[in-house]
Amino acid sequence: MRQEPAARIAFRESWDDYILLRLDAPAVAAEAQPGQFLMVRVGDTLDPLLRRPLSLHAREGGALEIFFQVAGRGTALLAEKREGETLDILGPLGRGFDLGADCRGRRAVLVGGGRGIAPLFYLGRELRAKGADVKVLYGGKTLKDLPIRDRFAADGLAIACATDDGSFGRAGFVTGLLEDEIARRVPDVLFVCGPDPMMRAAAGIAAARRIPAQISLESIMGCGFGACWGCVKRIARGDGGRWRKICEDGPVFPAEEILWEGAE
Amino acid sequence: MTPDLAADLGFLKLRNPVLAASGTFGYGLEFAPFMNLTDIGGIVVKGLYFGPREGNPPPRLVETASGLINAIGLQGVGVEAFAAEILPKLRGIGTAVIVNVCGADDDEYLRVIEFLDRQEGLAAYELNISCPNVKKNGACPALRPETTRTLIARCKARSRRPLIAKLSPNVADIAEIARAAEDGGADAVSLINTLLALAIDARTRRPKLANVYGGLSGPAIKPIALRLVHQAAAAVSIPVIGLGGIASGEDAVEFMIAGAAAVQVGTANFVDPAATVRIVRQISEFCERENIARSADLVGTFKT
Repeated sequence: MRQEPAARIAFRESWDDYILLRLDAPAVAAEAQPGQFLMVRVGDTLDPLLRRPLSLHAREGGALEIFFQVAGRGTALLAEKREGETLDILGPLGRGFDLGADCRGRRAVLVGGGRGIAPLFYLGRELRAKGADVKVLYGGKTLKDLPIRDRFAADGLAIACATDDGSFGRAGFVTGLLEDEIARRVPDVLFVCGPDPMMRAAAGIAAARRIPAQISLESIMGCGFGACWGCVKRIARGDGGRWRKICEDGPVFPAEEILWEGAE
Repeated sequence: MTPDLAADLGFLKLRNPVLAASGTFGYGLEFAPFMNLTDIGGIVVKGLYFGPREGNPPPRLVETASGLINAIGLQGVGVEAFAAEILPKLRGIGTAVIVNVCGADDDEYLRVIEFLDRQEGLAAYELNISCPNVKKNGACPALRPETTRTLIARCKARSRRPLIAKLSPNVADIAEIARAAEDGGADAVSLINTLLALAIDARTRRPKLANVYGGLSGPAIKPIALRLVHQAAAAVSIPVIGLGGIASGEDAVEFMIAGAAAVQVGTANFVDPAATVRIVRQISEFCERENIARSADLVGTFKT
């Protein structure tokens, strides 16, 4: 965990309101693990004040990629940044995915919804490198919400897509794809990142089929490194559930530890 | 010549006038990856009740224009876990460690102090009598002179360490509250805690924070904090520690000119985890530029 005040943007690509940035940050990249995130300053002024938490999309040698959707003022400012400009980043932060020591022969299914696909590219590559059999399920509202679908295939990662409106892939939620996938072959492990309702549904499916699942949570964060206690979620670790910090104890949690709001 | 940045609070001599503010610096060790804790005047660790405390449900944070509204609700580990797991690691850091002391009632403040008095390695207590996020409508002892005076007097009678009373900005007459703190026996006052604030989601017409109200901090509140520090410093003869939106060395210097013997850096730590050391350096650079030999000479030099 360190601060890199001037990580140069080496590459930028955009699709409507989705942006991919590749940052030269060798020291941060050297420590990075899939599922970890960066806190990124979106400007030099005090408004917007806070950094934005963005998960690591890929590591390419000494470079790190972030992939995000414009969701408010901060990400809109970040979307204006061009190649050659620099960003002030903190990272790598949080506890990432637990890939397991030996993945050989293990079937890993990665379920991503919308911008939640971001960490699953990095994860998929690392799992494959460790010998896992990886399948990626990518869902969005409509075709334009699946901008990086070809990236997975181009990298040799098996992928299936779903859109809510049926404009591409299977019609319906990505959890429908997950049900299909399980019917064909029960995965050994699930990794999930996306909107809360999707993650909650996926966690429910995983629990019903007794498939271990890891969920990457998203939150507004004040600091990203455990100092402000602003990003909590109810997490049960044999204690009935406490407010635990998503930034420090997570963002990745075993599905069974997460107590979703309004859950019985 | 390198300016002398030493700050003397009477009961406590600081290497420099910059302290990390409670609630924005965790228990201190969270910042070790980003900075050398020895380089700042001291740290005020996150508020402690006697036992562990749950805090408020999320959402706990809302960003506003150059500001942040929080309603954490003083989630924390309690004094026993602090003494067992955190304090031993803080003893070696080479800077003043001040504990922010909380209580649901007067007796709990006393129990926290009684417990911490048996621990070594603390420089002072900051009495958190001004958190707006733990009782309805921001109620807290620092809103009235009587409750301020009595609570501080009871704590002072019990404590073996100096007491800093952290004051609320949500009052009509800060001079009256600051004098009550001094009368009660406070060794210093620190101000301001956060401003009671509200953020509304226009579409849903609901509050953006689960707690409804929260405390506003960050650069947005600096002018209000400066005014209150100026008024408090004029009202009391004990040292004043100024805070509220400090994000640069020049901000810190302004608080010192208004009468603060030391300053605390809060919300800026979230944005820039090395903000405190940067601000120390910037104070030094300011003094050097302005030919000020000792930064303490700035304190209370406001010209009107």
